[in-house]
Amino acid sequence: MSVVGGDAESITAIGPIRRTSVVRRIGALLRSNEEHVWRWSARTAAIIPLAGLAFVLSVLVLKAWPAVKVNGFSFLTSSAWQPGSTYGAVVHTNGVAHPPGSSYGAWPLIAGTLQTSIIAVLIALPISIGTAFALTERLPTWISKPLGFFVEILAGIPSVVIGLWGVLTLGPLLAQHVYPLIANHVPNVPVLNYFRGPTGYGEGLLTSGLVLGLMIVPIIASTTRDLFMQVPPLPKEGGEALGLTDAEVARWVTIPWVRSGIIGATVLGLGRALGETIAVAMVSGSVLGHVAPNIYGTMTTVAATIVSQLDSAATDGTGFAVSTLAEAGLILAVISVFVNVAARVIVNRTSHLSAPVGRDS
Amino acid sequence: MSIISPSMQRTRARRVREMLFRSAAMASLVFVVGPAMWLVIEVVVRAVPHWHWNVLTTVSQGTSGGLENAILGTLVIMFGVLIIAGTIGILAGIHFAELARPRRSGKASGAVLRTATEVLSGFPSIVLGYVGYIALCVGLHWGFSLLPALLILSLMVVPYIAKATESAIRQVPTNYREGAEALGMSPGYMLRRIVLKSALPGIVTGVLIALSIAGGETAPLLYTAGITNNLPSASLIHQPIGYLTYYVWTDYNQPTNEAHYVSYDAALILLVMVLVLLVTSRIIVARTQRHAEGNR
Repeated sequence: MSVVGGDAESITAIGPIRRTSVVRRIGALLRSNEEHVWRWSARTAAIIPLAGLAFVLSVLVLKAWPAVKVNGFSFLTSSAWQPGSTYGAVVHTNGVAHPPGSSYGAWPLIAGTLQTSIIAVLIALPISIGTAFALTERLPTWISKPLGFFVEILAGIPSVVIGLWGVLTLGPLLAQHVYPLIANHVPNVPVLNYFRGPTGYGEGLLTSGLVLGLMIVPIIASTTRDLFMQVPPLPKEGGEALGLTDAEVARWVTIPWVRSGIIGATVLGLGRALGETIAVAMVSGSVLGHVAPNIYGTMTTVAATIVSQLDSAATDGTGFAVSTLAEAGLILAVISVFVNVAARVIVNRTSHLSAPVGRDS
Repeated sequence: MSIISPSMQRTRARRVREMLFRSAAMASLVFVVGPAMWLVIEVVVRAVPHWHWNVLTTVSQGTSGGLENAILGTLVIMFGVLIIAGTIGILAGIHFAELARPRRSGKASGAVLRTATEVLSGFPSIVLGYVGYIALCVGLHWGFSLLPALLILSLMVVPYIAKATESAIRQVPTNYREGAEALGMSPGYMLRRIVLKSALPGIVTGVLIALSIAGGETAPLLYTAGITNNLPSASLIHQPIGYLTYYVWTDYNQPTNEAHYVSYDAALILLVMVLVLLVTSRIIVARTQRHAEGNR
């Protein structure tokens, strides 16, 4: 009976459509092939990120190639940042035109990027684990839920607003009250003497690291909190039954249980810190040409240099300055892609827990 | 293991360590929540005493005036990202959740596409902005304008939307699908009427978060959208467009007080916009969770 009904319906459905508008015919066609439409459009959409990534990387490589030919390997080790004279006759090196006296080195930028990111992770990781522990194990739900939401919101605050706070409020305050205290009391021994010396005005390496740390804490903390909540209660109760304290349960049961997830979230946070631009451009001092002499010193990163130098680079008639920025951008892209892929590999290899990693909610 | 020891001294040491650990955890919570509240309060305190409502209705004059052009510009940019990145991201998420399953030979290509999406989500935004400037604004002669800004921002947030869509679809209960299949629905019809419908709250949440990211971005916009004090126009290319983050970024270190007020006002408006988006997404999550629990 149902077969007969189906046939009758399809006959009456086809009848009027033949005589109606193109729109309805297309609609009917789409409906009758709905699965193919979904499949085809979804696959097309899924290819776009790959295509975009390939496009971005090929534009970068093409644009950076002249700079690679002129700057050579010393680009990675040199500290110079000389745009050269715009008035002299154009010079050619290896067939690439550039202004006379131009000389570029990205070592201070690379060092600054790595230094600020490492400071950020060193600060953010313990604080995130502590925060996740406090939210999941110590506090009652009525207070840990709103606080957890607050931590998640922190991840959404625009970086330019965090930078504004960092440069106007946090930096000056630290430079006035905190940095001198540290600088005057740290012993003059090999590693710690990096904390001695002039403390500046609050724009520099340590301030950038602190601001970046604040920016990546929500990423690591909210992921770690979600991971802690996924740990089944039985192993933890087993630990308690053996007489372990809360700290020992965290140390021997909870954290090992989700270790790979925490590593993954941390490396993702590291990737965010490496690529962060505006906040660092505001609080680093944006000083080119030297690595920070001590931990309070002004400096800059690859990302901050691109955003602050592209304007003036565009005035270089030979286009060599813009090409050099592409080379710097390529280095940054390679570093952050490497870090991201490493994070995925670590998470995939060591984890069978399908833990959500990243800025999910 | 030597953790459990009858020695009294060890017990005392463990008690001290436990106390230190607990206070360290509480202290780290304070170190996260404290600065965050300080930051929000600071922006409010700097902006509110000089607040005039005509900021919302007058256009900017660079370092003074209102922010109407920037507010509308940011909204236009967010709307454009909603259209472009929303479509691509949701479809890509459907692909990863439904169609790129290990069955068929699609596994390898699924892995490549997924890896590309994940790499893109960690890609430095300024490098995307640089490529947008070189390839679209200069290379295609579009100039500083809306379209390159939208394309670059969309490329940036598509991974977030795809990921949110994928995990929302994966959370649809299996018995919904089984019920639909038992009723004889075709796979396409089931995807539209059953799977997407139940995954909708999660998808909307992901899109809202992506919009808040797009609205709060500065670096990729500076060299793609340009800047103008005029209201947004209807043209996609050749016309620069204003946006809020630009005024925060350029006016805070200008010499005049008016410029500082523009910067603080823009920061406050940005904060409010982002908070509205994030709180809305949170409310959606909370409501659907309650709904789901009620169903059970």
